Amino acid sequence: MSINVNPAQASTAQPIFYVLDEHDHAEGGSTMLGFWIYLMSDCLIFAILFATYGVLGSNYAAGPAPKDLFDLPLVAVNTSMLLLSSITYGFAMLSMERSRIAATQVWLAITGLFGLAFVGIELSEFRHMIHEGATPQRSAFLSSFFTLVGTHGLHVSFGLVWLTTLMVQVWRFGLIEANKRRLMCLSMFWHFLDVVWIGVFTFVYLLGMLR
Amino acid sequence: MFNNPDLLKFIFGRLTLDSLPLHEPIILGTFAVVAMGGVAVFGAITYFRLWSYLWREWFTTVDHKRIGIMYMILGIVMLLRGFADALMMRMQQAIAFNGSEGFLPAHHYDQVFTAHGVIMIFFVAMPLVTGLMNYVVPLQIGARDVSFPFLNNFSFWMTTAGAVLVMMSLFVGEFARTGWLAYPPLSNLGYSPDAGVDYYIWALQVAGVGTLLSGVNLICTIVKLRAPGMTMMRMPVFTWTALCTNVLIVASFPVLTAVLALLSLDRYVGTDFFTNDFGGNPMMYVNLIWIWGHPEVYILILPAFGIFSEVTSTFSGKRLFGYTSMVYATVVITILSYLVWLHHFFTMGSGASVNSFFGITTMIISIPTGAKMFNWLFTMYRGRIRFELPMMWTMAFMLTFVIGGMTGVLLAVPPADFVLHNSLFLVAHFHNVIIGGVVFGIFAGIAYWFPKAFGFRLDPFWGKLSFWFWVVGFYFAFMPLYVLGLMGVTRRLRVFDDPSLQIWFVIAAVGALMVFLGIVCFLVQIAVSVLRREQLRDVTGDPWNARTLEWATSSPPPDYNFAFTPVVHDSDAWWDMKHRGYSRPLTGFKPIHMPSNTGTGVILAGLSTAFAVGMIWYMWWLAGLSFIALIAVAIGHTFNYHRDFHIPADTVVREENARTRLLGAGAKP
Repeated sequence: MSINVNPAQASTAQPIFYVLDEHDHAEGGSTMLGFWIYLMSDCLIFAILFATYGVLGSNYAAGPAPKDLFDLPLVAVNTSMLLLSSITYGFAMLSMERSRIAATQVWLAITGLFGLAFVGIELSEFRHMIHEGATPQRSAFLSSFFTLVGTHGLHVSFGLVWLTTLMVQVWRFGLIEANKRRLMCLSMFWHFLDVVWIGVFTFVYLLGMLR
Repeated sequence: MFNNPDLLKFIFGRLTLDSLPLHEPIILGTFAVVAMGGVAVFGAITYFRLWSYLWREWFTTVDHKRIGIMYMILGIVMLLRGFADALMMRMQQAIAFNGSEGFLPAHHYDQVFTAHGVIMIFFVAMPLVTGLMNYVVPLQIGARDVSFPFLNNFSFWMTTAGAVLVMMSLFVGEFARTGWLAYPPLSNLGYSPDAGVDYYIWALQVAGVGTLLSGVNLICTIVKLRAPGMTMMRMPVFTWTALCTNVLIVASFPVLTAVLALLSLDRYVGTDFFTNDFGGNPMMYVNLIWIWGHPEVYILILPAFGIFSEVTSTFSGKRLFGYTSMVYATVVITILSYLVWLHHFFTMGSGASVNSFFGITTMIISIPTGAKMFNWLFTMYRGRIRFELPMMWTMAFMLTFVIGGMTGVLLAVPPADFVLHNSLFLVAHFHNVIIGGVVFGIFAGIAYWFPKAFGFRLDPFWGKLSFWFWVVGFYFAFMPLYVLGLMGVTRRLRVFDDPSLQIWFVIAAVGALMVFLGIVCFLVQIAVSVLRREQLRDVTGDPWNARTLEWATSSPPPDYNFAFTPVVHDSDAWWDMKHRGYSRPLTGFKPIHMPSNTGTGVILAGLSTAFAVGMIWYMWWLAGLSFIALIAVAIGHTFNYHRDFHIPADTVVREENARTRLLGAGAKP
C-alpha cells in the first residue's frame, strides 16, 4: 500500500498497471489489527456475560446476596494488584523500546507476580464463598457472578501462560522483531483485561454492595 | 479386568454399547453405506499412493486457493447429508396420514430435523460461503494470500472437526432432539439427559473457533492487503460484501460462543442460567441466541448478493449500476441486521412497544435490499445479456428472493406473526430466502469461478438440467408449505390427523425429489466436466470477458497469484486494464516471498475433536489430556520462527512462460 499512484500519471496514455520493483512485505503487518479485532470479539463475550449478570444479578433465589458475600477491602487489594501489573507491563514495554533485554525480563516477571497474586486472591475469595454455601449452583445471581468473574480470571491465567512463554522466547531469541510484536499483542491483551476488570469492580462489586 | 464397572466407566465415561444404534435399521443401513464409501475412498487413496501428496499439497497447505477449494468440498459433502435428512422428513410427512405412523419413530425424527437445520446452516452454507470468499477475495484485491495463512488452514480444519462431530453423532450415540437452536429448558439436562445436545454444543463450539478466526483473517486481508490504487470505493462488490459479512462474523459469533458456554455450564456444572427455578430465565437464551442468529442469516446472504452483483455486470457486459448505492445498501443491511433479532419471537410477550420497534426495523431492511434488486435490474437494462449458467441462477434468484422477501415483510407484522409463528408458513419463508438467495448464489458462484479455479468451464448442459430441477423443485417443495402454514399447520410435526392436508405434503415431497435430481445433475455436471476438460479448457484466464482482478491472472492461478502486484485505477480494474492497452509483463521476474505449509492446523483440530469427544461422553481423562496437548502444541508452534520462503525467480519465469505459450496457443484459431 506504500506505493503512491500519481493521478496525473494514471490518466496519461500509458498507465502503470503493475508494480515492477516490489519489496518483500514486512512480516506481521496485519498482526496488530488482527489482534485488535480478536480483542473486540473477546470484548463481546464479556459484554454478553455482563448483560447476563445484569439480567440475573438480583435473582438470589432466597440465597445469599452481594452484601452477605463480598469483602470490599479484599477486592480493592485485588484490583490494585491488577492495576499495578498493568503499570509494570508498561515499564516492560518502555524497556523493550530501548532494547534492554534484562530490564524487560525483570518487569515482565514482576507483572507476572502481580497477575499471580490477583488470580490467587480471586481463588481464595471463590473458595471462601463456596465454603459458605454460595456455590454457582445456588442461584442465578451466583451462576452469573462466578461465570463473569471466573471468565476474567481464566483470561488472566491464560495471559500468565502466555507471559511465561514470551519470557522464554525473549530469553532464547532476544528482542527480535517477531518477539516485540508478540509482546505488543500481550500488552494489548493485558490492558484489555484491566479495563474489563474495572467494569467488573464497578458493576459487580461496588454496585452490588449498594443493592 | 473388563468386568470392572468402575474402570470401564472411567475409560468410556457414559459411552456404552447401548449408545450404538444397533436396533435402528435406517441408521445401520446409512452406516453401512457411509462405511463402504469411506473404505472405497481410503482404499483408492492408498492404492494410488496419494496420502503423502494430499498431506503435503492439500491438508497442510496455507494457500488460500486450496483452502477455499477444500471448504467447497466440505460444503458439498455435507449438503448430501443435510439433504438426505430433508428427503426423509418430506417422505415421513407425506405418508404419516390416516393412522399411519410413517417410517421414522419420534426419537429419530426429532434428531433428523435438528441435524438438518444445523448441518445446512453451519456445515453447508457456511463452508460454501467461506470457501468462495477465501478463494476469490485475495485474487480480487490483487493479494498473494490472506493476512494470516496459517490461521486460515487452522480455521478450515476446525470447521471440518465440527462436521466430523456431527457425523459421528449419527453412529455413536445420538444428535440433539431440540430443534436447530436447542432452546432450554428442553435442552437442559433434565429434559435432554443424553449426549445429543452435547454433540450439538461441542460441534458448534469447535467449528465456531474456525469461523471467528477466518472472519478476523479476511477482514485484515481486505483492510491491509489491497493492491495499490484500490481504494475502498474501488473494491469489487463481492469484496465489499465479504468485508461486511466478516465484520458480522466477528461481531456475532462470540455471542454464540458465550451463550453455548452458558448452556454447557447449566448442563455440566449445574448452574441456573436457563432453568425455570433458582432464578434462571430460559427466554434469555432465546434472546442471546437470536442476537447471533439474525446476523448469521445476513452472513450467508451478503456474499450471495456480492456474487449476483459480479455475475450481473459481467454477463450484461456493463458496469454495475449504482455501485455506491450498492455499497451503502450492504453497509446499512450489516448494521440493521443487529436491530431485528426479536422478530423471531414476537410471541414472547415483550409488549406492543418492543414488538413494534422490532417489526418496523425488520420492514426497514427491505429498503436497502430493494435498492439492490433495482440496481441489478438497471444493470441488466439495455445490457447485452448472455444467458450463461451463472446468469440463469441470478435471474432465478431475483424472482424467488422477491417472493421470499415479501413473505418476510408479512411475518414482520407482529399481529400476523402471532398467527403464523412456528407454522409451516415460516418454514416456507426462510427456505424461500435461503435456497432462493444463498443456495442459488452459491451455485451461481461455483459456475462463475469454477473455470478460474480449475482451468476449464463446467459443462453447461448438465448445469442447466440441474438448474431447472432445482428451481422448479424448489417451487413444488415450498409453495405447498405456504398454503399449509396459512391453514395453521405447525412445523416439526411427525404425524397428521386431517387427511385433507395430505395432498399438499405429497406435492412438497415431489418437489424435494426434483431438488434431489438437481443435486444429482450437479454432481454429474462436475464429473462430465472433468472428463470433457479438454473441450472446456480456458487458456485465457478470462473465459467470461469479466471485469475484476481475479480474471487478470491465469486459470488456475499460480501459487503466488500475480507475478507482479497489479496497480488499480478503476473499480472494474481488469476491464480498465483490458481497455487501456495493458500488456502482460514478460520479463523482470523476481523471487516471491510466500508462507510455508504447516501441519499444525490439522493437529490442533484433531486434538480439539478428541477434547470434544471427551467432554461429550464424560471421558474426563481424554478431555484433560487433549486439552493439555492442545496448549502444548500451540505453544510449540510459536517457537517456529521460520514460516516463510521465497519462490525462486526461475520458477516464476517458468510458470509465466508456460502461460505465455498457452495464451499464444489460445490466440490461434
